[in-house]
Amino acid sequence: MRIQCPICGSRDRREFYYKGDALALKRPAPDAGAEAWDDYVYLRDNPAGWHSELWQHEAGCGAWLVVERNITSHEIRKVTLAEDAT
Amino acid sequence: MRVQGKGLIDRSRPIGFRFDGHRYEGFVGDTLASALLANDVKLVGRSFKYHRPRGIYSAGSEEPNALVTVGRGAGAEPNIRATVQELYSGLEARAQNAWPSVGFDLMAINDLAAPFLGAGFYYKTFMWPKAFWEKLYEPVIRHAAGLGALSGQANPDKYDRGFLFCDLLIIGAGPTGLMAALAAGRAGVDVILADEDCRMGGRLLAETKEIDGKPGFVWVDEVLAELDSLPNVRRMVRTTVTGAYDSGMFGALERVMHHTAQRDGGAPLETFWRIATKGAVLAAGALERSIAFRNNDRPGVMQAGAVRAYLNRWGVSPGKTMTVFANNDGAHQTARDLLDAGVHVAAVIDSRPDAPDIEGVQMIKGGLVKAASGGKQLEAISVIHNGTTEQIATDCLAVSGGWNPTVHLTCHLNGRPQWSEDIASFVPKMGAVPGMIAAGSCNGEMSTAQCLADGVKAVECALGITVKVDVPAAEDDPYRMRPLWAVPGKGRAWLDFQNDVSVKDITQAATENFSSVEHMKRYTTQGMATDQGKNSNMQALALLADATGRGIPETGTTTFRPPYSPVALAALGAGAQGKGFAPERKTTSHVFSEKMGAPMIAVGLWYRPSYFPKAGEKTWRESCDREVGYIRHSVGICDVSTLGKIDIQGPDAAALLDFVYTNMFSTLKVGRVRYGLMLREDGFVMDDGTTARLSDTHFVMTTTTAAAGDVMRHLEFVTQCLRPDWDVRFTSVTEQWAQFAVAGPESRALLNGILDAPIDAESVPFMACGPVSIGGVKGRLFRISFSGEHAYEIAVPSRFGESLFETLVARADAMEGGAYGMEALNVARVEKGFITHSEISGRVTAFDLGMERMLSAKKDCIGKTLSWRAGLTDPDRERMMGFKAVGAAKMLTAGAHLYPEDQDAHRVHDQGHITSVAWSPDLERYVALGMVRGGSARLGERLRMVDGVRGIETHVEVVDPVQFDPEGGRVRG
Repeated sequence: MRIQCPICGSRDRREFYYKGDALALKRPAPDAGAEAWDDYVYLRDNPAGWHSELWQHEAGCGAWLVVERNITSHEIRKVTLAEDAT
Repeated sequence: MRVQGKGLIDRSRPIGFRFDGHRYEGFVGDTLASALLANDVKLVGRSFKYHRPRGIYSAGSEEPNALVTVGRGAGAEPNIRATVQELYSGLEARAQNAWPSVGFDLMAINDLAAPFLGAGFYYKTFMWPKAFWEKLYEPVIRHAAGLGALSGQANPDKYDRGFLFCDLLIIGAGPTGLMAALAAGRAGVDVILADEDCRMGGRLLAETKEIDGKPGFVWVDEVLAELDSLPNVRRMVRTTVTGAYDSGMFGALERVMHHTAQRDGGAPLETFWRIATKGAVLAAGALERSIAFRNNDRPGVMQAGAVRAYLNRWGVSPGKTMTVFANNDGAHQTARDLLDAGVHVAAVIDSRPDAPDIEGVQMIKGGLVKAASGGKQLEAISVIHNGTTEQIATDCLAVSGGWNPTVHLTCHLNGRPQWSEDIASFVPKMGAVPGMIAAGSCNGEMSTAQCLADGVKAVECALGITVKVDVPAAEDDPYRMRPLWAVPGKGRAWLDFQNDVSVKDITQAATENFSSVEHMKRYTTQGMATDQGKNSNMQALALLADATGRGIPETGTTTFRPPYSPVALAALGAGAQGKGFAPERKTTSHVFSEKMGAPMIAVGLWYRPSYFPKAGEKTWRESCDREVGYIRHSVGICDVSTLGKIDIQGPDAAALLDFVYTNMFSTLKVGRVRYGLMLREDGFVMDDGTTARLSDTHFVMTTTTAAAGDVMRHLEFVTQCLRPDWDVRFTSVTEQWAQFAVAGPESRALLNGILDAPIDAESVPFMACGPVSIGGVKGRLFRISFSGEHAYEIAVPSRFGESLFETLVARADAMEGGAYGMEALNVARVEKGFITHSEISGRVTAFDLGMERMLSAKKDCIGKTLSWRAGLTDPDRERMMGFKAVGAAKMLTAGAHLYPEDQDAHRVHDQGHITSVAWSPDLERYVALGMVRGGSARLGERLRMVDGVRGIETHVEVVDPVQFDPEGGRVRG
C-alpha cells in the first residue's frame, strides 16, 4: 500500500504510523460529559468500506495525515494534512 | 538423449556437473532438468507421501516432481526445481525424500500401505490413543513424508531487498509481454519487463512456429536488442513477480546468483524487489494441464508442451520411443516436431474421434490411455480404443489436456476468475487488480498472433494512449480442445503429483461431504504442495464438480494467494537478519565502558553498561554494591544520554507543556527544572521525566529511554491534530547531546574541578539548570537527581561526550568514586521509590502512583478528564507502595504476587504484585516497590509474598515507597 503524503509525495506505507479513526481530531471539552468522552476515547464505528483515518508520516516529514481509505479494497481517495482538517 | 541440430544451447561449451554423486555433462544454456534428460536420467526423486518414483514432468517453474537439493554444507538449498536451475560448472545436486537412495527407497513401502493412507487418513487413523499422536504417529509420519531438509546451520548466503519504480510493469516476456514492452518502450514510458526465466521469449523459445517469417527465437533476439537500446526500458531476467498488492505495488524475486557457483561474492544470492508502478500488463502465459489415468505419475509421462520445449530449446528428446496423448490439436505439434527431428513417435492418441490426422504417425482417434506401466520409469502404455486394449511400448508419453491461463496474480486482491466455456478454463476478471491488464494467453488468447496483438492493446489500455506498432505475422491456429479430465478405470490415477492426491481422493472427499472446493483441498491436500497445484487444481475441481453434480463455475476455484512460486524467507526478510533486525544504538561512552569490562545490556535499541567489574569481584552484586556506595558516599558517574531529549521552542511552548503534562510548566522559572507526569487520553500514565526551562520560549524535555519515540509522536499529534493554532516547534536532540549523571555527596566538588566557573549551593540550587563551560566547551548543567543524592546531570554536544565521560570517571576514581551502571542506578531509585516503566506498566494512573496531586486543577491536560472516572479513583485499586521482607526468607523478587497471610496463594485472594526489587547495601536488606490493593491504607500490614515461578515465598510488610532517606535531606545537599 502507498500513501500520498501532501508534503513528500507517494510513499510506501512502511514509512507511516497508523493511529486509528480521525475522530481523534475532535477532542471534547473537559466538561463535555462522560458519554462524549467515552465516544471520543473508546467507541469507533467499523464499517466495511470508507474510513477516515489518522496516519503519521513518521519515517518522513512527521506530518499527521487524514487518510480516507476503503478498508475492503485499501483504495485511498483523499489525503490531507491533519492541521488543515481541524 | 540429445538430438542433433536442435536447441539453443551452446554445444561448444560443455559443463560438468554431479547428480546424486554421478558425474554428467551438459552445455551452456541447459537447465539441470534438460541436462539430466540429455543424460537419460529419468528418476530424480520420490513423492511426498507414498515415495513413488518421480521424473521430470514440466519445463518450467510449475514443476511438481523434480525437486532437488543444490549445493552442500551450510549453504545447501533444498527444494530447488531442476527445471529452473540453470546448469553451471561444478553444480552438485541431490535427490530428496528417499532413503537410502532414490533408486532403492525403503520408504516406498508407504505405497503398499496406500489403502490406509488415503484422503483424511490423518484424521481417521491416528486418533487413538490420544497421547500416541504427539509421541509416536506424528514423528513417524513426519520422518516418512517430506521434502528436502535445510542444513540446520546458519545461512551463509547474502540476500538483499530493494524498491523499484516505473510507469508500466510488464509481467512475462513471451510474445505478449515482448510486444507490450516494444509498444510501451517506443512510447517513451518507464517500463520494467520482468520474466522468471533466464532467457526472455517464453514459449517462442520452445516452439518451431515462425514470427514475421523468422524463427521465433530470432524475432525475440531482435526485439530484445531494440528494448536494450531504449533507456526507458529495464529488463529483469530470472525475476518472478510473486504477488500483486495494493496501490500498484508488486513483489518480485530476482534470483541473482543461482546460475553460478559463486556464493561469497559481492552480489546477493537473491533480491526481493518491491515494485511501485502506475500500471501493469500481466502477460504470464498459460500452463498446460494433464489428463489423469492409472500410474500417470511414472517418470517418462510429461507435459506435451514440455517435450517440445526440451526438443526445441535444449535439443533433448526425453525418450527414444515417444507417444502423445491429448484432447487438443495443439499437442499434435509435439509429434510433428519430434518427427522433423528424427525421433521415433510410436503413436498419437487423441481422445476426440474427429481429431485431425498427422502425416507419418499412427493416429488413434477416440482412444484413451488407460494406464502406464513400468517400475521406476515408463515402459509401456495400455490404450483403449473401440473396446479393445492395446499395449504400446514407449519410454516417454507427452500428455496434454489443454491449457489454463495463468490467472494467479489477478486474484491476489481478492478477485475471482471467471469460467470461460470457450477454452474450458478460468480467465481473469477485468479490473480485479486496479491498473493491471491481463493480456495474451493468461487472458485466454491461445494463438501467437492473438497474443502479439493483445500485448499492444493492453499497453494502450493500461496507459490510455494509442501506440503505432506493426504487429508481425504469426501462427493463428484456432484452439480446438475437448475437455477430458481423467480416464475412467480401476487403479490410482494421479492429480497432484507432489502431494500424492489421486482422482479417488477427490471423489472420496465429495462422498464424505467435503464438497466445497476449499474443504476438498484441505481434506485431500490437493494443491497444497510447493507447486500449489499448478498442474492439477483445474482437473481436481472439475472432478469435484462432477462428483457433486454441480457445474465447474458453481464449484469455483480455491483462493490464489501470493507468492506465485516459492520465495525464501531469507529473501523476504533480507536486511532484517541479526543486527538488521535490531540495530544497535551506542552512546559516546560505549567504547570506554567496554574497555572497563562492563557487560552491556540492551535497553530498547540502546546498549548501556550493566556494571563495571573490578579485579577480585566474583559476582555482579559485589560490583553493584560498590557502585551504589559511590552514589551514597562519594561520587558516581553514569551515562544517561539514552533518555529522550526533545528541544521545544516557541511562544506557545509553555502552553504545550501545560497541556501534555498533568502539572504546570508555564509557571516554571527560567533556569529551573520540574518533574512532569504525562498521561494518555484514557487517564493512564504514559511517561514521566524532567523538563528544563532555558528561556521564556525554550524548554528541553526529557523522556524515559523506552518511551522517547512514543512521546515525540504524541507531541506531534497534539500540536498538529489538536492545537495546530499554537506557535511552537520541537525536535529530538537525543543524539545531539551526551549527558552524564554526577551523583553523590562529592558531586559538586568533582564538577568544580572541571567547570570553567565554579558553582555553589546558591548559584545552582536543587532543580536549577543553566549553561556552563567545560574547558571552553559550552554545555548545560541540570541539578536533578534520580538517586535521592546531591546530584547533577551535565550535558555537552555529543562529539565531546567520550572525552567528558573519561574525565569525569578519572576524577571520580581519584575521589574514591567511579562509574556506575544500570544495576546501581536501579538500586538507588528503588530505595527512593522513583518509578520506571516497571511501575508505569500502562495500567496505572497518577492516583495509583500516589501522584494524584500532580493533576493541576487550574488547567486542562491530556488524560485529565478520564483520570477522574469513578473506577480509576477507587481507593481499593492496586496502588504503589514499598515492601520489606519480614518472614524467615529475606529474598524479595519482582513479579511475585501478594496474598493475605491467612489465605491460599490463589488468584481470588490476590492483593497485588511486586514490580521492582533491589538489594540495598546501606539498609542491608532487600527493598521493593509494588502495587497493592488499597495502597497507603495497608501501611504496616503484613502480607504473604509468593513467587510461583521461582518457588520463593516469604512475608512482607507494606512500607512507604521511599525507604532510604525518607526526609529527602540528602538531595538538597
